[in-house]
Amino acid sequence: MSAAKPLPAVDYLKLPEGGEPYLEGYKCKACGAVFLGERTVCSKCGARDALAPQKLGTKGKLYAYSIVHRSFPGVEVPYISAIVDLEGGGTLKGNLINIEADPAKLKFDMPVEVVFKDAGRKDREGNSYMAYFFEPRRA
Amino acid sequence: MGDVYVVGIDMTKFQKAGTGPAVDVLGAKAALGALDDCGLKIQDMQALYCGNLYQASGMVGQRILQQIGQTGIPVVNVANACATGATAFREGWAAVKAGLYDTVLAVGVEKMSAGLLGGGGSGGISKEGLFGSSTMPAVFAEAGMEHSRKYGTTFEQFAKVSVKNHHHSTLNPKAMYQIETPLDMVMGAEMIAYPNTKLMCSVNVDGSAAAVLMSEKKVKELGLGKRAVKVRASVMTSDPWQERDLVMPDVNTCTRLAAKQAYEMAGIGADDIDLIELHDCFATAEILHYENLGICKDGEAGKMIDTGAVALGGKVPVNVSGGLLSKGHPLGATGIANIFEVVTHLRGEAGKRQVEGARFGLTHVIGLGSACGIHILEKVA
Repeated sequence: MSAAKPLPAVDYLKLPEGGEPYLEGYKCKACGAVFLGERTVCSKCGARDALAPQKLGTKGKLYAYSIVHRSFPGVEVPYISAIVDLEGGGTLKGNLINIEADPAKLKFDMPVEVVFKDAGRKDREGNSYMAYFFEPRRA
Repeated sequence: MGDVYVVGIDMTKFQKAGTGPAVDVLGAKAALGALDDCGLKIQDMQALYCGNLYQASGMVGQRILQQIGQTGIPVVNVANACATGATAFREGWAAVKAGLYDTVLAVGVEKMSAGLLGGGGSGGISKEGLFGSSTMPAVFAEAGMEHSRKYGTTFEQFAKVSVKNHHHSTLNPKAMYQIETPLDMVMGAEMIAYPNTKLMCSVNVDGSAAAVLMSEKKVKELGLGKRAVKVRASVMTSDPWQERDLVMPDVNTCTRLAAKQAYEMAGIGADDIDLIELHDCFATAEILHYENLGICKDGEAGKMIDTGAVALGGKVPVNVSGGLLSKGHPLGATGIANIFEVVTHLRGEAGKRQVEGARFGLTHVIGLGSACGIHILEKVA
């Protein structure tokens, strides 16, 4: 197989032809709730057909985390499982990288940035995948 | 409408995951125990509500009747994650409350395997460890860290929950473990997902629990009032929308909602509760629920564990059975096993771990995804 274009590892990660990767949320025009991925009904207020796609921001703050030391076979540990609130709405879960996995180094609300990289995993057909990660960001 | 009572109840001794008998035989054991506890027979039961998660499509309730008596009664099999047992109990309660039946049996049973729960995925590549962790220890660690960010709750305070619950289980012969785990042992155990160490994760076990529920009229008719325990509230909620729902299951809002409704239904307040069996699937979770159930103000949960208010002998003992952390957590059985513990105390039959003078007890479970079940029980005799 030639160097095929990577696939998005989650369906709300968009890889536009010739453009930068981004994450797509759906925002409810009735109540303002932001969701990851496409949907037609808002589960906050029940509004129908009030959801519109919007590009999610790439800047956020660390809301909560865990440092994972035991995972499934083949998963490299330790790593930081992070919950990040994005500027402009939306909350993501992902790996926080390029910082020591040490509670003393992690501060609630520390600024982070969403970065896009190869997932480092391939499926059975040999396809590669694009994923998102969080990195510390200077405020 | 008359009240509904628990007249018979039992649970098996929880045992290491995978070592128990087949699921129907295991469920039958608790069912027979509950019948014996009130001196009734399977022929006296008008319906069976059976909770089991891992064989949810396997007609477990009918298979239990195939072990103990095929009387032709209606059987309802339910699955509701870790709230499965409480859901089976509540369905039985609702049917009796509605006047459909006078006497029903509720059974919760689970056979488990060892290891991490959660983290499953489908299609493409595995997401575990790529977009954070979906394993249960990490999910509940993150919920605990949310409490830390709000109130400064420490690793040590979370660890103290395990010290307490493991201590309690030394007094409970039906618990999986009867071992003391001092603070340094809990904090020094293998880190699974910070701040949860191995000793701060619930134990996967095989086990079952069963209860016979009865109408007030029938209790009087059969003269079973002496050991009957009244169900003062039975409540179930699902998770109302929260902004971080999609990535961070919220066990707080559904618990608060259920607790409010349960206290209203019972006509009592959190201050009236004498003991609580709550869903300590991880040590971090227990801390959250002191506040969610209203036994302390928001931000005071750390103080509750520091002062011993939630230990046996304290103001409101929590998880004197040893909890899911040490008694064990057979998913579908847990909701009824918690009720077994509270009923045993209200009857004054809890031996060394008896909460003296207990009149009101509360049970709480969470099925992630989410379901919250709360029951309030009252000693009447």
